[in-house]
Amino acid sequence: MKSLKMDVKKKMHTTEGEKYLEFTEEISQGDFICLVGHSGCGKSTLLRMLAGLTKPDVGKISYGDEIWYEDVSGKNLEPQKRHIAYMFQDFALFPNMSVEENIMFAQSKPDKDTVEELINIFGLNNLEKVKPGKLSGGQKQRVALARALASRPSILLLDEPLSAIDWHMRPALQDEIMKAHKYLGGISIMVTHDQMEANKMGDRIITL
Amino acid sequence: MIGSGDFLQTMATTGNLALWTTVILLIIGLPVAYFLAYGDFKGKSAVEALICMPMVLPPTVLGFYILLAYSPQNGFGAFLERYFDLRLAFSFTGVLIASVICSMPFMIQPLQNGLALLPSSYREASYTMGKSKIVTFFRVLLPNIKGSIITAIAMTFAHCMGEFGIVLMVGGNMPGNTRVASIALYDEVQSLNYEAANQYAVLMFVVSFIALTVIYSINKSRRI
Repeated sequence: MKSLKMDVKKKMHTTEGEKYLEFTEEISQGDFICLVGHSGCGKSTLLRMLAGLTKPDVGKISYGDEIWYEDVSGKNLEPQKRHIAYMFQDFALFPNMSVEENIMFAQSKPDKDTVEELINIFGLNNLEKVKPGKLSGGQKQRVALARALASRPSILLLDEPLSAIDWHMRPALQDEIMKAHKYLGGISIMVTHDQMEANKMGDRIITL
Repeated sequence: MIGSGDFLQTMATTGNLALWTTVILLIIGLPVAYFLAYGDFKGKSAVEALICMPMVLPPTVLGFYILLAYSPQNGFGAFLERYFDLRLAFSFTGVLIASVICSMPFMIQPLQNGLALLPSSYREASYTMGKSKIVTFFRVLLPNIKGSIITAIAMTFAHCMGEFGIVLMVGGNMPGNTRVASIALYDEVQSLNYEAANQYAVLMFVVSFIALTVIYSINKSRRI
């Protein structure tokens, strides 16, 4: 069974000055990990390093037999080749595309059946042709989740996906995220500020 | 006067110059704006300043240096004449090149600002979906800066329609070749032919007004 191994170090520039983020962990297939910690401790930076959007200073990241980053060999696999899905805090839905087009864009080859299946799973029927600008916060989150699953990624990275959502809506959307994790059956790593949320959702909680 | 051969010829030259300058600058401007918006390289500020120079320099200064560069007495001009049998001074092509240099900030600045204002998460989300930088540029970034693209086109076109100093320096005032509306207007005023001058002035006023109205309408609809 493939596992995600990370042993990295990164200098960060924070409001409190320079800090070192050091992280060593092995995550198994099927695990839902919650990353918690105070603001500026490097939770999002860690997620970005996994996605290939930020380069660590030193260390190694590998998934199964594949090396994603290694300082010794100078290897740094592009985000395009890591087969991950990243859900951003602002959801990053493309305003020029409808809900359906946003989901389809994430696929390497258009697969209408999967798009329809995801639209049904996340209750987005009747919203297929709507542009993101006309959606509520909860609807946007569900579209972002559906889009994240469209390419059936090996790893799902969620950067505070509920931070922009009203408190009363959170439990239902937490269930949607768990649904997405089970649908993929891979590794999910979620950054959250909320310890209760982490306790409820995580198989494991990692505090930075 | 309107409908006379001279007037139509001058307006055709002016329109041609504005159109070709805008098309060439759109092709050059998109990749340049991309690198300026997202690139982080040494000397970036100097490149940005250089592109913006035509906004603050008198067109005659730029025209003077371009004219010197075109001269067969100097390296670039001599090279063109020796290998391509080409003299750019006082030709439409020469004026077009000068106009492209002079109008560069009007195209590049709105495009650069439009790209820089897009959330970086759009690009990054597209990359994590396996999309290349080129696919991301054409399918995610460009469609979301439509307003900036139209602003850049309208500003460049309107600015070129009123080009005066640089055309006069580099192209002179040759009917059917380098004579543009603003120079014709100046000529008519010098000849005390105010009626003809007024017709050129009205036409340029209308074109500039339409271009600016388009820009303001786009900005208004984006605010709503």
